[in-house]
Amino acid sequence: MNQAGPRRAGGVLRFAAFCGYALLLAPVTVVVAVSFSSGQFLAFPPPGLSLRWYQALFTNADMMAALGTSALLAAAVSALSLLLGLPAAYAIARLDFPGRRIMADLLAAPLLLPTLVLGLALLLALQPLKLVATWPGLILAHCTLAVPFAVRIMTTSISSVPADLEAAARTLGASPLRAALRVTLPLAAPGVMAAAALCFLISFDETVISLFLVGPRLTTLPVELFRYAENRTDPMVAALSMLLISIAFAVVLLVERAAGLTRTLSKD
Amino acid sequence: MMGWLLAAPALCVLAFGFGLPVTVLFRMSLNRTNEMGAMVPDLSLQTYAKLLSDEFAAEVAFDTLWLASGCAAAAVALALPVALSIRAAPPRWRGVLALAAVAPLLVSGTARIIGWIAILSDGGFVNAVLLALGLPEQRLINNWTGVRIGLTESLMPYAVLVLLAGLGRLDPRLDEAAATLGAGRSRTFLRVTLPLAAPALLASFALCIVLGLSAFVTPRLMGGGRVFVIATEIYDQALETVDWPAAAAMAIMLLAVLGGLALLRALLPARAR
Repeated sequence: MNQAGPRRAGGVLRFAAFCGYALLLAPVTVVVAVSFSSGQFLAFPPPGLSLRWYQALFTNADMMAALGTSALLAAAVSALSLLLGLPAAYAIARLDFPGRRIMADLLAAPLLLPTLVLGLALLLALQPLKLVATWPGLILAHCTLAVPFAVRIMTTSISSVPADLEAAARTLGASPLRAALRVTLPLAAPGVMAAAALCFLISFDETVISLFLVGPRLTTLPVELFRYAENRTDPMVAALSMLLISIAFAVVLLVERAAGLTRTLSKD
Repeated sequence: MMGWLLAAPALCVLAFGFGLPVTVLFRMSLNRTNEMGAMVPDLSLQTYAKLLSDEFAAEVAFDTLWLASGCAAAAVALALPVALSIRAAPPRWRGVLALAAVAPLLVSGTARIIGWIAILSDGGFVNAVLLALGLPEQRLINNWTGVRIGLTESLMPYAVLVLLAGLGRLDPRLDEAAATLGAGRSRTFLRVTLPLAAPALLASFALCIVLGLSAFVTPRLMGGGRVFVIATEIYDQALETVDWPAAAAMAIMLLAVLGGLALLRALLPARAR
């Protein structure tokens, strides 16, 4: 008999879903626990709890320098991607001109490449220009990845602002630039905020491209985490992971409070 | 015209960050490396020919394809019940469940692998449980097993996302209809849900295999340097052996495979995309 309502999933399905969730959430949960470990090794469950690995992390000069680099880099990439992406997004969303579709595709092109291939290509191109392990090189590389996302999100949010409002402002004597900046932009602000946050996170979490482009004197936090995980496995890597995770969540929460990130992204 | 002008700054940056590098990459793949390991400017397909006749490279390519397809299939199989349970959940739980399923995407891949190390390593959680049960310990990391587990998990959120989008169009009333007509739960699943979900399953498998083929961080860290896939080979050739023509040629061949898969995907019925 199958009297259970259609809403109620069957037992087998529910068990399979539970296994799926366990697999999805296990590593993150374990990282949280292990980062508070008092032991010497990356072991779960930890032998006891302490903050020693956080202390080790925050007193590690290399890690703190990398944190500073990553934060500054992400902020620069986020700001630049908005500056570059906003006019492009406006053009795609509002203007009608020959090649609009092609332009939108061109602006999304970097997303076609795996980051590994893009990282290698950037290394080969930037090495002769002496831009490897420099700020301009890293900013260019991260912007290449962030701009397509920025354009896409902002195009969606600008399109969702009724064009009539801008037309009304124009009728009342506003110049096209003024109408766009004073009417459409404020109404599209949640999308712009979401784009800024996403670009920040893309840069802040970027590992693979950075691996090709960092040097001993300029390195980012995800690269340090990767290198540390490759060579050593004491719980400091877990504390470091937690640092990355908490900053990512802080940014998401901040934007969620301010603009509703999930809402903005799901509008797509 | 105004439109292109507005997008000019962004297009310029992408020309330098994407167009130029890809051109240089392609050009580099036409150079070759001499016996001393030095790069020789050339305009030939020698590097490709060398790679195509290299047994180790062929083995790595085959292993990568096997790994990616296996993990993609596993990820989709595990993501289907997750997606179905999200769809079947009461509306107020749906958002939370969906968020939990894609939350790993917000966490850096390396961080999740640190978690897997603590779970799977020799002194890790799984082996401690096995030991307590009196079962033999297993090597679950620094080998293919570890890479398979890690890669499957890292592909799952993507699979869930694609399935949720695809299953959204599946009318839940069809399940009710099947039940009303006397079909059991497993029969409903096999004869109604699964066939209707097939396009979404295919689409999420296609995405996972593309992501799996170019995955680097997971094979590198979970494999402990003992697992070789195309991505780790490209990385080693670029940064350790410093054989740039070989790295570039491998990258171009990887792109060709991914392009081929994209073409196949374009041939799928529109419903599946």
